Amino acid sequence: MYTQAIDLPNQDPDARKGEAQAPDNPDYQAQFDATLERGDFIEPKDWMPEGYRKTLVRQISQHAHSEIVGMLPEGNWITRAPTLKRKAILLAKVQDEGGHGLYLYAAAETLGVSRDALIEALHSGKAKYSSIFNYPTLTWADIGAIGWLVDGAAIMNQIPLTRCSYGPYARAMIRICKEESFHQRQGFDLLLTMMRGTPQQRAMVQDAVNRWWWPVLMMFGPHDGASTHGEQSARWGIKRISNDDLRQKFVDATVPQARVLGVTLPDPQLRWNEARGHWDFGPIDWQEFWNVVNGHGPCARERIAERVKAHEDGAWVREAALAYARKRIAAKGTPSPSTGWGEGEARSAKHEVRISGAA
Amino acid sequence: MSRAAANRAKPDPHIEYLLRLADSPLILGQRLSEWCGHAPVLEEDLALANTALDLIGQARLLLTHAGAQEGAGRDEDQLAFLRSEREFRSCTLVELPNGDFARTVLRNFLFSAYQLPLWEGLLASRDAQLAAIAAKSLKEARYHLRHAADWVVRLGAGTEESHRRMHAALDYLWPFTAELFAGDAVEEAAAAAGVGVTGSSLQTRWEATVLPVLQEAGLSAPARTPFLSQGKLGVHSEHMGHLLAEMQTMQRAYPGARW
Amino acid sequence: MDRNEWPLWEVFIRSRSGLDHKHCGSLHAPDARMALQNARDIYTRRMEGVSIWVVRSDQIHASDPEAKPEMFDPAEDKIYRHPTFYKLPPEVDHM
Repeated sequence: MYTQAIDLPNQDPDARKGEAQAPDNPDYQAQFDATLERGDFIEPKDWMPEGYRKTLVRQISQHAHSEIVGMLPEGNWITRAPTLKRKAILLAKVQDEGGHGLYLYAAAETLGVSRDALIEALHSGKAKYSSIFNYPTLTWADIGAIGWLVDGAAIMNQIPLTRCSYGPYARAMIRICKEESFHQRQGFDLLLTMMRGTPQQRAMVQDAVNRWWWPVLMMFGPHDGASTHGEQSARWGIKRISNDDLRQKFVDATVPQARVLGVTLPDPQLRWNEARGHWDFGPIDWQEFWNVVNGHGPCARERIAERVKAHEDGAWVREAALAYARKRIAAKGTPSPSTGWGEGEARSAKHEVRISGAA
Repeated sequence: MSRAAANRAKPDPHIEYLLRLADSPLILGQRLSEWCGHAPVLEEDLALANTALDLIGQARLLLTHAGAQEGAGRDEDQLAFLRSEREFRSCTLVELPNGDFARTVLRNFLFSAYQLPLWEGLLASRDAQLAAIAAKSLKEARYHLRHAADWVVRLGAGTEESHRRMHAALDYLWPFTAELFAGDAVEEAAAAAGVGVTGSSLQTRWEATVLPVLQEAGLSAPARTPFLSQGKLGVHSEHMGHLLAEMQTMQRAYPGARW
Repeated sequence: MDRNEWPLWEVFIRSRSGLDHKHCGSLHAPDARMALQNARDIYTRRMEGVSIWVVRSDQIHASDPEAKPEMFDPAEDKIYRHPTFYKLPPEVDHM
């Protein structure tokens, strides 16, 4: 989802650190293939083809970057949320997104790449993030649209990933999915409240839907024919459902929801196809898609600039924390006693004595 | 005149006191939420958001309670979004711009060190609802204090640059702490009624918490000056107008709308 | 590892008393105290924990996956270690 399965040049963020991996060996390859065949998991340190590892690093880190960058368009409205309840909900949601980024960076790091290297790749433009976050949040209704449509689309992709072949990624996705459904529900609830409100509020919702609908459909990536990664990723158990199939599933799920809301989806060609058993929809403007993916979206520069600024402005903080930790180690000190809450060892001395002294 | 207008004309000290308790966490929560997506490291984005959520939660409970006490039909949102600047009872300390991370964590430290004895004192309040809110808020304040104190020490005793910034933050914020302990009729009345505690009764505990941490951070408290901010009396700094304009904009632009 | 990056820590959470600590992910922190606090904010927002352990990732020693056969296969054929190996009369099968 936030990966859009696109192949772009100069995109390899990952500097392989640490020990050299065992050379490609037919036995290891056979074991690897057999593991995938069984539907079993590959775990960190297991032998894996370099292509599998690289694809995962790219996909997982792109997903992580998307969560982090995604904090910005929504964060834009926290200070202006119209009620205290909505403010708290939005803050919790954005906090969750930061957390999701964290789980995903953690998963990517199990593949031998550091978070700093991944962040460097994002800031330099080498690594991508979901283009949906290059669109501006112009009204409060946009916040609802993001929850309902953007998170709705994300959930479509994330659920199959909970069965991805790489253990840490699958486990991160399970954790994320548990938290994600609140995100979509609060967005829908926000819009429903507005649609039951004043004419101005209803117009605001319709305007937001008009602006977000097509970019959301583009989140699912290029048509299957135009996507270069699909087959290999499918064989590796990384991508289980095709772009077009996911996009269709999303449209089918969302049309009835739009009806409940009372909004019109901005597609004059949207029509139920009885023979197919699906909703037909109009053509996507792929020119816009590639423009945005290639960095020409409305907010692309601002989003990256904000992330770069936060990182650079924070450098002295990170350095100071490290300097302090090193000073304490050098002094062989223990954590600060003045605040009075030293965390203990995992097993206390008292506990040890009791065990060894047991009758 | 309406009940609300009558209350504004001759404020009930109990409600005044509740608004003071509510408004400071509200405004500080608003300031901290500005950090979202901009913290020095992802883990701190989550920590700051967590603190902001706790504070906004405290404010919501207290505002709802104040509105109920007032009995004029004002709920948490009407109080938060429709009062004018002069009606806000938050201390000036919390409305100041976040500044850099040093100033932000130092303010969190100074404020949560004040909230700790405050909530402890309010556990015995005759206002049962207030006592219950205090019990919940105390746990949160303890955690905020621990986290902020750890940062004050790490930044104060980290690098030369972090020390310099922490020193500047302390110089800037310290004068605004005097207001926390300055007494007045509202607090006297609340204490006399067994409902609240006076700020002055908290000062010794506050200093006992704050000074050792500052020392460990390699910092020393500036000398006291005659400066006394008056946010809790409704007389704020130039920063409050901008903060409220942003916070209240939606409700002002769409009067009566439900969200 | 970059000398200027915060170290990586692995996080283990006990979600309820009576259960083991379970590995749930990792985070970066400058020291153990911060790691514990960050773990609380990241991994227990929905009341998923009563106890947190953090361990620096470079302090974890792991078995070699390539040695899986010698490490773990011998346990496979000692099935008499498992209770289900023993077929007992139904009257006493609840043991």
